[in-house]
Amino acid sequence: MAVLLLAEVNNGELAMDATAKAVTAAKALGDVTVLAAGASAAAAGDAAAKIDGVAKVLVAEDASLGHRLAESTATLIVSLAGDYEHIVAPATTDAKNVMPRVAALLDAMVISDVSGVVDGSTFERPIYAGNAIQTVKSSDAKKVVTFRTSTFDAAGEGGAAPVESVPAAADPGLSSWVEDKVAASDRPELTSAGIVVSGGRGVGSEEDFKLIESLADKLGAAVGASRAAVDSGYAPNDWQVGQTGKVVAPDLYVAVGISGAIQHLAGMKDSKIIVAINKDEEAPIFQVADYGLVADLFTAVPELIEKL
Amino acid sequence: MKVLVPVKRVIDYNVKVRVKADGSGVDLANVKMSMNPFDEIAVEEAIRLKEAGKAEEVVAVSIGVKQAQETLRTALAMGADRAILVVAADDVHTDIEPLAVAKILAKVVEEEQPGLVLAGKQAIDNDMNATGQMLSALLGWSQATFASDVDIEGDSAKVTREVDGGLQTISVKMPTIVTVDLRLNEPRYASLPNIMKAKKKPLDEKTAADYGVDVTPRLEIVKTDEPEARQAGEIVPDVDTLVAKLKEKGVV
Ligand SMILES: Cc1cc2nc3c(=O)[nH]c(=O)nc-3n(C[C@H](O)[C@H](O)[C@H](O)COP(=O)(O)OP(=O)(O)OC[C@H]3O[C@@H](n4cnc5c(N)ncnc54)[C@H](O)[C@@H]3O)c2cc1C
Ligand SMILES: Nc1ncnc2c1ncn2[C@@H]1O[C@H](COP(=O)(O)O)[C@@H](O)[C@H]1O
Repeated sequence: MAVLLLAEVNNGELAMDATAKAVTAAKALGDVTVLAAGASAAAAGDAAAKIDGVAKVLVAEDASLGHRLAESTATLIVSLAGDYEHIVAPATTDAKNVMPRVAALLDAMVISDVSGVVDGSTFERPIYAGNAIQTVKSSDAKKVVTFRTSTFDAAGEGGAAPVESVPAAADPGLSSWVEDKVAASDRPELTSAGIVVSGGRGVGSEEDFKLIESLADKLGAAVGASRAAVDSGYAPNDWQVGQTGKVVAPDLYVAVGISGAIQHLAGMKDSKIIVAINKDEEAPIFQVADYGLVADLFTAVPELIEKL
Repeated sequence: MKVLVPVKRVIDYNVKVRVKADGSGVDLANVKMSMNPFDEIAVEEAIRLKEAGKAEEVVAVSIGVKQAQETLRTALAMGADRAILVVAADDVHTDIEPLAVAKILAKVVEEEQPGLVLAGKQAIDNDMNATGQMLSALLGWSQATFASDVDIEGDSAKVTREVDGGLQTISVKMPTIVTVDLRLNEPRYASLPNIMKAKKKPLDEKTAADYGVDVTPRLEIVKTDEPEARQAGEIVPDVDTLVAKLKEKGVV
């Protein structure tokens, strides 16, 4: 059976980690054709062709596909859907924007944030902020699926799949891009980093959040945050980890001044080692931490930076 | 302009979720239920549009069991003008899938002709994050998901979206569907007088059959499991011990 996988393409560049993880999940379903779409997507398509297990790459380049606007991207995918039983993507915000739209146009129920593939129509996915794992079996002719990347290993590189170009579908002209506010950073990307250091409301201010960033830099880590820290303006929205933010599963997750609400745990409890620093020994975060340190973060974190 | 706000009745976000012993789902009998938190934000935004003179009427709609009436009364108490309940299930454990919800909402939109639909980004029970996008597809409308800022200017809206890379601003043609994220606003609490007033506001009751929509699920629930529990770890006495442990594990 054939699978069409929407590659994660940002400004013409392939997001290798997210795409390669989705390829791993998709390979279990059949031959994987990757679709690279964007205002410029050729380079992304070439990069995707190297992912092990990719049988073919389709490149769709058109101004209307820039910035991954949902309406034009969904129209393109639907125009290609005929040949495929599965239409899949990594569960990024871009894909969460586009894939339910694709599913509805195909009269299928989208299966979001899949964490396990049982067979071609049966999938596992977390519900209730990860408090339950549901196994669902789809009766739809076409299955539209997004994969939670934190639970799949990235496919390797070394392939050389053929690359073909495909035309964009007619632009419905319903929306247009205005601007992006993206902070450039030399730090590793949050969802693929080996180490993540996150700060919560306990950090207290945007100024003091620099302490969290210093610890992250010392460890070569990405920086994360709780919702409370983002809401309070200590950290940007794209650092939020949790049920409604990013889901991460690094080798080491350090939670500083975070209480451990279920909505936060939903985004990090699959990390290999969890460290919690919190001055409240009753904080629920300690129930999931491998190593807990009951301490004031303003003394513990500087000491940690010094001793690492 | 009329604003339609779909609100879902879900388990309260503070409740500890329990998986039923027979694996059929999560126990919802005698559990505190509330309006999906994202939908409170959507209702708040709609009311603010009305207060700003950009909307004339706010209509809340909920699809599910009869008890979703309570959720609609909450929306009315916050300030929605009227409500529509679409009964589509008898058992509180039956979740109507986003595709079916979107199909019903599409019919409601046909009838009500709103200029804007403000939905939540995600229901915190099924965590599907799909209904708004699906409704938009069915109507052939524009969509703006995960909104943290909405600015309506005549026949278009400028919406800032929370995306993986940061923030993206797009301009969408009206009518449109916006799904709201956490930081769009802080929803108000309903005051006691407004809760009393809400009891007298109109609440229409319909059924899925009235709209001719088949709500049979496309996803059969094979089973529901508890997630693997993490093993409890240890409390370390000081930073030195923490550093030693992490070195021992080879993670730093
Ligand atoms: C619909 C919905 C979705 C949500 N989604 C998310 C999500 O995706 N991600 C998320 O994180 N949350 C989410 N939340 C919010 C969640 O419920 C919690 O409110 C939030 O995670 C709390 O953040 P926090 O732990 O930083 O703050 P708090 O709970 O206030 O905890 C602060 C902690 O810091 C400690 N502390 C204070 N000062 C110090 C100090 N000097 N030294 C050491 N420790 C200190 C305190 O002991 C406390 O434990 C969501 C909520 C809802 C309703
Ligand atoms: N049964 C329902 N009744 C009313 N609105 C709903 C229902 N299901 C979903 N919605 C709306 O769609 C949003 C996203 O839900 P979901 O796609 O299930 O994650 C919710 O925040 C609601 O605004």
